[in-house]
Amino acid sequence: MSANELRHVGLNLADYGEITQPEAESAIFGFWVFLMSDAVLFALLFATYGTMLQATASGPTPASEYKIGSALAETLVLLTSSFSFGMASIAMKYPSPGAQQPRLLGWMAVTLALGMLFMGLEFHDFLGMVKDGALATRSGFLSAFFALVPLHGLHVLAGCVWLIVMMVQVVHFHLDARVRINILRLGLFWHFLDVVWVAIFSVVYLQGLIH
Amino acid sequence: MTTAPDPWHLLLGRLDLQSLPFVRAWQNPTASELISAAAAAMVVLAAVAVIVLVTLLGKWRYLWTEWFTSLDHKKIGIMYVILAAVMLTRALVEALLMRAQQAVAVGNAGFIAPDHFAQLFSTHGSIMIFFMAMPILTGIINYVMPLQIGARDVAFPLLNSISLWLTIGAAALMMASLVVGRFSTGGWSGYPPFTELSYSPDVGPDYWIWAVSLGSIGSTLTGLNFAVTIYKKRAPGMTFMRMPLFCWTSLCTAALMIFAMPPLTVATALLALDRYLAFHFFTNDLGGNMMNYANLFWLFGHPEVYILILPAFGVYSEVVATFSTKKLYGYTSLVIATAAIGALSFTVWLHHFFTMGQSADINGFFGIATMIIAIPTGVKIYDWIWTMFLGSIRFTVPMLYSIAFMMTFVIGGMSGIMLAMPPLDFLVHNTLFLVAHFHNMLIPGLLYGMLAGYHYWFPKAFGFRLDERWGKIAFACWVLGFYLAFMPLYVLGVAGVARRTQAFFEPALRPWLIVAGAGALVLLCGLMSLFVQLRVSIRDRRRLAVPVGDPWDGRGLEWAIASPPPEYNFAMIPSIEGRDPFFDGKRQGDSCRRAPARYEDICLPKESATGVVLGLAAAAASFAIVWHIGWLAILGTLIVVGTVIARSFARDIYRIVSAVEVERIDLRWRRALSEARAVPRELETSGLNRGLAEVAR
Amino acid sequence: MTNLADERKSEVRAYIAGFSSALLLSAASFGLVWWRPFSPATTLALVFGLALIQMIVHFRFFLHISFSRSSRDDLQLILFAALIMALMVSGTLVILFNLRTRMM
Repeated sequence: MSANELRHVGLNLADYGEITQPEAESAIFGFWVFLMSDAVLFALLFATYGTMLQATASGPTPASEYKIGSALAETLVLLTSSFSFGMASIAMKYPSPGAQQPRLLGWMAVTLALGMLFMGLEFHDFLGMVKDGALATRSGFLSAFFALVPLHGLHVLAGCVWLIVMMVQVVHFHLDARVRINILRLGLFWHFLDVVWVAIFSVVYLQGLIH
Repeated sequence: MTTAPDPWHLLLGRLDLQSLPFVRAWQNPTASELISAAAAAMVVLAAVAVIVLVTLLGKWRYLWTEWFTSLDHKKIGIMYVILAAVMLTRALVEALLMRAQQAVAVGNAGFIAPDHFAQLFSTHGSIMIFFMAMPILTGIINYVMPLQIGARDVAFPLLNSISLWLTIGAAALMMASLVVGRFSTGGWSGYPPFTELSYSPDVGPDYWIWAVSLGSIGSTLTGLNFAVTIYKKRAPGMTFMRMPLFCWTSLCTAALMIFAMPPLTVATALLALDRYLAFHFFTNDLGGNMMNYANLFWLFGHPEVYILILPAFGVYSEVVATFSTKKLYGYTSLVIATAAIGALSFTVWLHHFFTMGQSADINGFFGIATMIIAIPTGVKIYDWIWTMFLGSIRFTVPMLYSIAFMMTFVIGGMSGIMLAMPPLDFLVHNTLFLVAHFHNMLIPGLLYGMLAGYHYWFPKAFGFRLDERWGKIAFACWVLGFYLAFMPLYVLGVAGVARRTQAFFEPALRPWLIVAGAGALVLLCGLMSLFVQLRVSIRDRRRLAVPVGDPWDGRGLEWAIASPPPEYNFAMIPSIEGRDPFFDGKRQGDSCRRAPARYEDICLPKESATGVVLGLAAAAASFAIVWHIGWLAILGTLIVVGTVIARSFARDIYRIVSAVEVERIDLRWRRALSEARAVPRELETSGLNRGLAEVAR
Repeated sequence: MTNLADERKSEVRAYIAGFSSALLLSAASFGLVWWRPFSPATTLALVFGLALIQMIVHFRFFLHISFSRSSRDDLQLILFAALIMALMVSGTLVILFNLRTRMM
């Protein structure tokens, strides 16, 4: 069986173990559906942000609050974490006696560290804004900002918790079928968060810093 | 203003004695307050009565292992329908109270205070949409769809249970609002700024936000479940174009649930942020914009009404074909119409707020889009009529509902086309004309469809038919009651009478309101008749028994198995060769009921308490947020997160039904099949019908 | 066995290709805003365009969405979701901006 014969998108498994292919397909497709409903949620928050961009109520504006250096750093960190998760996926897919589990855990740890670094940088940004008096309670624009960007941050936090849980499960159950499927779904989730971030740095940060 | 928090506040948040309607009624015994207290008392007494009854009968273990923790789509479906029936009763009584108040309060204040009246119309709408309509259609799709596609269960049985318990938890919040505190007075749509903290600082809008949010999350997950089931779990040979129409409508409904619930989640979440963290999304000051809410809410709200109607359309397709003894006319056009309705439902939402200040061009665009969406619905009506034409029609209860639907729903459709014209809408927006229109769509459309489905598939689920005579009595009440209750409202609406009005001053309105009140009483008789019918049917279940499983000479796979079906549905998953495989099979040697060559072990999911724990913990956390009980909110949230994580560690989650057991169950059914006498259609509502249809070869 | 090793190498290369393209696209967006070679309107349009391209890169190289048969159901789902999002977002923006204009 060719490992590259992808039966289903995201189903980047070399073999399925005791879970049947149709069950795995359902599990992955179902997760894609969930991601699409989450995407609609984010899209509406972007739309709300767009309609409230002008609602600064004579308070802090995007130009006064957004820092391009921070945004760039966060972008690079998250993108690299997507790459490191890709390496983890490859470690999981291809068997290598003795080295597979440590390699997988290693790449997952790197992803986790980058994820937490991302959240740290973002939290630092938010603290800076709060010190400036740019709180969500100040204006509609800031409310829209603080709904959209921290929601993404919360998703990253959930992803980090999920990473920790999966790392524990890899140690405890080794790579049984359920662990593999869950790591695949976590991968979809992690990459999806990076896609949302592309939209955030473009629509929120860069748009805010252009004018 | 700051005082140190005393222990009571830490424990109970802002709960106090004033939160109880009994205390309020004691202090101020007006008719309105006494009615509130009576309602609260009924909820408490009913809950106590149920608990005592179950304890006395010793049924807790049975309920827990066989029902609450079950992951079987059939049981989950039945529980959804039971929930819907309970909530329907409450909401119908609320409607009666409102109608009674309006009939009485012409030139006087009536007996229901304005604030109480406002809570009534808010709970009536919220319950009917989120806790009656959504659960009943979810329940019927849950039961029937997997059977029709030849599957053993939905794609994600545990998620199914979680969705059910989130809905039950949310309904519990609605019932709690009767006993502790009060409900929102902002209608089922909850528009800010009225529902903002500055105008409604009480717990009402909070109850509304959390009940609706939990329910909507449950529905999104259900939509996900149904969509993946239909995509991935169809029996071999069942292509999309061979699926029954009910499955097509289920698929489109699922797609709408997946994509239309998020706007509601966003709307209520942003309102919650405004209320709890003083954000400025919809406030009057500092950059808030209430139109953002209206836009978000109706982005959800319009597809929602198509979520409500599409399953009913699916039921009609099944029922009309079966009881016209004829193949469904225009299958392809029905599929295209269903998909078109689903897609177009996302393009019309602005017609709910034509009057809010947009330019005429924008109003015009959405008005035209709204009229266009009527076309596929019209196609469906014609297809059903053509199905009946030259068919051999049997006037069973489901068929009666379908015919009443075709005639009555179209009237509502026409009033909808009228409302789709912005200039006309400006005159009747938020009048009783609008109220008449949407009830004209929901009652003959959704409710008759669900009642038809209930009568049609009840024998499959429970092994005996419903009493036909009481079914016809109920039908007569539902139809007469609808016309009496809502046709006067068209007249009143055109005369300019606003909706949600607690008292009137124009004597000319009185006769119309009295007729409408009488109609509501007849509708209540309809509901009561259904309960009587159930009692009579259970009493007479031996006479009404149809164990062989095919009481109506049905067309789809669900009729090819026993009534009630075994836990695993099919001993052997059939292979499909066309539309109506069971019907065609019956006429060609009964191919769908052939015994399997070999019986196999069947793997089923084990029961799980995960759904119950998640649903109830989420409801507890929501209750805690409503009342500012910090410790309970944190605890509830931790339980939710912890349970999800713990469940992911579970490995012993399946059980096996042995091939020997499957064979035993199957042979028992086959014995009944061989011993039963086949009945012709003239005898299908008689006691001779054992569930085997006579087939002219 | 060498077959597997080759496939593994080509997969790693795919991830590297995706990563580098995404880096370049991000750098380009940030660069456009930092050095301002174009007018604000043009810059905004370019930034959005680059974002859309980068999203496609992510979907192709990290999420393995393609036109192949195994991707078909998911591609359909993603395109339908994209359509719904486009309708909702554009509708929201048009309506709210129209309301704001008429309020001035």
